[in-house]
Amino acid sequence: MKPFTYERAASPAEAATAAARQPGARFIAGGTNLLDLMKLQIETPDHLIDVNGLGLDRIEETQDGGLRIGALVRNTDLAADARVRRDHAVLSRALLAGASGQLRNRATTAGNLLQRTRCPYFYDTNMACNKRRPGSGCSALGGYSRQLAVVGGSEACIATHPSDMAVAMRVLDATVETVKPTVKPEGATRKIPIADFHRLPGDTPEIETVLEPGELITAVTLPKPAGGTHHYRKVRDRASYAFALVSVAAIVQPDGSGRVALGGVAPKPWRREDAEAEMSRGAKPVMAKLLAGARPTEENKFKLPLAERALAAVLAEAKG
Amino acid sequence: MKFDTPATTNPIDRLKIVGLPTDRIDGPLKTTGTAPYAYERHDVAPDAAYGHVLGAAIAKGRIASMDLTAAWAAPGVLAVVTAENAGKLGKGEYNTAKLLGGPEIEHYHQAVALVVAETFEQARHAAELIKVDYAPARGAYDLAASRDSAKPAGKDEEPADSRVGDFDAAFAAAPVQLDATYTTPDQSHAMMEPHASIAAWNGDRLSLWTSNQMIAWSVGDVAKTLGIAKEKVHLMSPYIGGGFGGKLWVRADALLAALGARAAKRPVKVALQRPLMINNTTHRPATIQRIRLGADKDGRLTAIGHDSWSGDLPGGKPETAIMQTRLLYAGANRLTRQRLAELDLPEGNSMRAPGEAAGMMALEIAMDEMAEKLGLDPVEFRIRNDTQVDPEQPERKFSQRQLTECLRTGAERFGWARRKAEPRQVRDGRWLVGLGMAAAYRGSPVIKSGARVRLDGKGTVTVETDMTDIGTGSYTIIAQTAAEMMGVPLDKVVVRLGDSAFPVSSGSGGQFGGNSSTAGVYAACVKLREAVTAKLGLNAADAQFADGQVRSGDRSIALAEAARSGELAAEDAIEFGGLDKKHQLSTFGGHFVEVAVDAATAEVRIRRMLAVCASGRILNPKSARSQVIGAMTMGAGAALMEDLVVDKRHGFFVNHDLASYEVPVHADIPHQEVIFLDETDPMSSPMKAKGVGELGICGVAAAVANAIYNATGVRVRDYPITLDKLLEKMPDVG
Ligand SMILES: Cc1cc2nc3c(=O)[nH]c(=O)nc-3n(C[C@H](O)[C@H](O)[C@H](O)COP(=O)(O)OP(=O)(O)OC[C@H]3O[C@@H](n4cnc5c(N)ncnc54)[C@H](O)[C@@H]3O)c2cc1C
Ligand code: SF4
Repeated sequence: MKPFTYERAASPAEAATAAARQPGARFIAGGTNLLDLMKLQIETPDHLIDVNGLGLDRIEETQDGGLRIGALVRNTDLAADARVRRDHAVLSRALLAGASGQLRNRATTAGNLLQRTRCPYFYDTNMACNKRRPGSGCSALGGYSRQLAVVGGSEACIATHPSDMAVAMRVLDATVETVKPTVKPEGATRKIPIADFHRLPGDTPEIETVLEPGELITAVTLPKPAGGTHHYRKVRDRASYAFALVSVAAIVQPDGSGRVALGGVAPKPWRREDAEAEMSRGAKPVMAKLLAGARPTEENKFKLPLAERALAAVLAEAKG
Repeated sequence: MKFDTPATTNPIDRLKIVGLPTDRIDGPLKTTGTAPYAYERHDVAPDAAYGHVLGAAIAKGRIASMDLTAAWAAPGVLAVVTAENAGKLGKGEYNTAKLLGGPEIEHYHQAVALVVAETFEQARHAAELIKVDYAPARGAYDLAASRDSAKPAGKDEEPADSRVGDFDAAFAAAPVQLDATYTTPDQSHAMMEPHASIAAWNGDRLSLWTSNQMIAWSVGDVAKTLGIAKEKVHLMSPYIGGGFGGKLWVRADALLAALGARAAKRPVKVALQRPLMINNTTHRPATIQRIRLGADKDGRLTAIGHDSWSGDLPGGKPETAIMQTRLLYAGANRLTRQRLAELDLPEGNSMRAPGEAAGMMALEIAMDEMAEKLGLDPVEFRIRNDTQVDPEQPERKFSQRQLTECLRTGAERFGWARRKAEPRQVRDGRWLVGLGMAAAYRGSPVIKSGARVRLDGKGTVTVETDMTDIGTGSYTIIAQTAAEMMGVPLDKVVVRLGDSAFPVSSGSGGQFGGNSSTAGVYAACVKLREAVTAKLGLNAADAQFADGQVRSGDRSIALAEAARSGELAAEDAIEFGGLDKKHQLSTFGGHFVEVAVDAATAEVRIRRMLAVCASGRILNPKSARSQVIGAMTMGAGAALMEDLVVDKRHGFFVNHDLASYEVPVHADIPHQEVIFLDETDPMSSPMKAKGVGELGICGVAAAVANAIYNATGVRVRDYPITLDKLLEKMPDVG
């Protein structure tokens, strides 16, 4: 771990300004991902800006009947919120399928969206990895890739985004709210649809989101309740405390129409609205579109039938 | 005390304390966080500096150059130890690769440097500043590819090959045959406490607080590696946070702490960071196993063949996966062969039930497959091939063998009769449900073991032995033994373990520790009883030790009286005089498992597990049960998830942390039951006990595999049985 300096920001805008001032700076929220990566010399910030205590830890109702979730709301609190459980149950289920109780007590909404891949080569600084050291190569291609992406990857990187929460956010059409540093002391805010928030790797896998330097997430908003039945099916090698091989977040309406997003298969929560037109016809046609252009490895090609079967099980469950 | 005639009635048989389910006497220390583990010995080694280990970035080759300048210049650095500046070092008897590599690198994450600094963070940071230039060499990392180059290899006194009768002819002639190949992956001990040590020098004398299962072996290996006399090494390991065989040896933490302390002229503490646990230390080697079984139509085995291949570094040892096949089932024509390939992966070595754990994973699937071919119930098939004699040397009897009783009891208690012989018949909502079973078998070796017992004027009995407690419950069974022998309650016994100043014991390993070490305490107590009766002027022959009193004839004197004018002490060792050669000492059991397999995703979830064990006298049913359920859990891990993934290009285990090397969590293990059959084995020791901690894992994975087959109709012969291996053959969803 590289020595670093530390400060507590006084307001969201000041946090953003402070981060922009120091090129090697990072925000720290729950620290459950960042600190681990720092100990392993994978992340090497010179400066940490603590964004706890900025009042970003509330869940409020929005005017249009949705919810505004502060960036610092803990995963445990978010999963337990009565409004989330009632109106956005897929989010609650996804959160509870992730990590462990202790981790969820620390982990925050923004930190969860920004957690980094679990590709094992990313975690070993002796190995080439374009995401960790741009231009060094990708050890996972031709190596151990069982966990990694089948769709959306590139020649440079086939890492998956490991979050469960983000998959539910995607199916709920969430919006990420941020504050950017500007010359004005209050900064500039913007709203980023979750669909546009994470980037595909292309030839710059080190750039994972559209956030600009110093840009701070202040909240994630959910539109008014989507109705239907909410499902989160996480498939993994052990019953708990493991990342998804494949996960399915789905909202199914009484007429059989609905939405679906996948986790564990791509560098970002994977959803295609055109695939959803097929929902009432079953899992096969949905997956044909959703996973079109998939390029799995020998080790992870099982994820294609697995995703289809998991969705089929969800659709069967929705029918009751 | 020589143990060369079968045990007769002795004070242990009273079973007033031995044999009762007893809480761990060290439990409160552990649950309150006050048991002093190696890395936390600030009480005895104050002001320790911190060492951080740098592991090699390549699997094989040489260090071309190493630049330590930046590390030396980093804040707080006190010393940087490398092979170049460490002075001449030897290699331990029990190590295959060197603990400090360089210039030659023998495996990935072999230690190449230790940085010592004032704080842990400073040491870690400075270690990252070391620049190493490597000249990599090509290595062999793929067992399957190296299989044909493998050579016959035995281990300890066991030969590589064994032949009885004419296997080839009998197999060819058998009306029912099975010829199948199975694979087991490399596995990690993955214990909670990493390897950790604090070292302090006093002149030329070294004190080492470490986490180690075998004190005497390790004193020898520390001395040998450092090139100093054994007498100069004081090794202490009273509390150990799990070992599973991974701590049978001295590892890099201990050696580097000693070298770091010498260089920094100050006590130094070193813990291996989690990512080093897997490639820096030892692991259970992968195997390829071919099993051929031939039987007559009645289900009697006529031919049993078992070939096993494993790999290790040059000079290393095989995984003895064929061991149980020499002893488990009857059959006139037999062939076992063990082959070892040279691989440049990290060092393979013992992990809980080395040999049998991996061997039973294969053999007991083969038996299930064979039973199906024969149209026999798998329990019945095994019982039909039970034997009371060593099938390779029929003149040698098993001292005790209740395999059939274990299987019958297990079948009865588990509701085995409800199992459908034809697979894929039981559906429970989204789940396909199946039952599976396997025999359990593990040898029960005995090893010389010594102890010292002391009696003080308050009637307190103190036991001292270098025996270790790796979480197994040694403290408690040793206390029970001494209490029973001396006729005092448990709270009048103090047990001190894991110190090289104490008499040499068996140590903990190979499930020999429980029986051997308590037998050593028994021997010392027999001597102490003699000293007591002599002191009190009582007749030793008829003296009774009970309730804190010694009685003989019509006289009864308080035990404490014997030490009134000064402590009485006695030391002895149990030495095994060949009963274990004349007879085969083994433990037996049956494992029964119910699994549910998700029809859509093929996720396997265990529903319940039962083990029935026949393993001599159970000294403490409570800690024995803990041992068995822990072993069953480890077996479930072996069946379903544990897999050190080899990167065959770079030669290392890729998933080197506990996030990516998955072991079972609570949700994976819903319900476990253990039954111990009543057994006393007079051939094993005066305790009439045997081992149980390793028996518990042997066969579990195969029972799970067989249950998965029963649930799904899919036979997987390559462990672990992950869902991708089942998915294709799952029923349609919807
Ligand atoms: C053992 C283990 C198992 C896990 N299993 C799962 C699992 O099964 N499923 C799952 O989804 N997750 C899992 N996780 C990941 C866990 O969900 C994340 O670690 C957690 O959500 C990160 O949140 P945090 O607040 O601790 O983030 P931090 O570690 O504090 O930050 C993560 C990143 O986000 C940035 N950041 C934080 N807040 C902001 C902000 N407001 N604006 C801009 N940038 C910000 C930080 O700079 C950093 O780069 C697991 C983690 C561990 C350690
Ligand atoms: S897949 Fe991405 S994260 Fe993994 S090694 Fe390749 S570049 Fe690195």
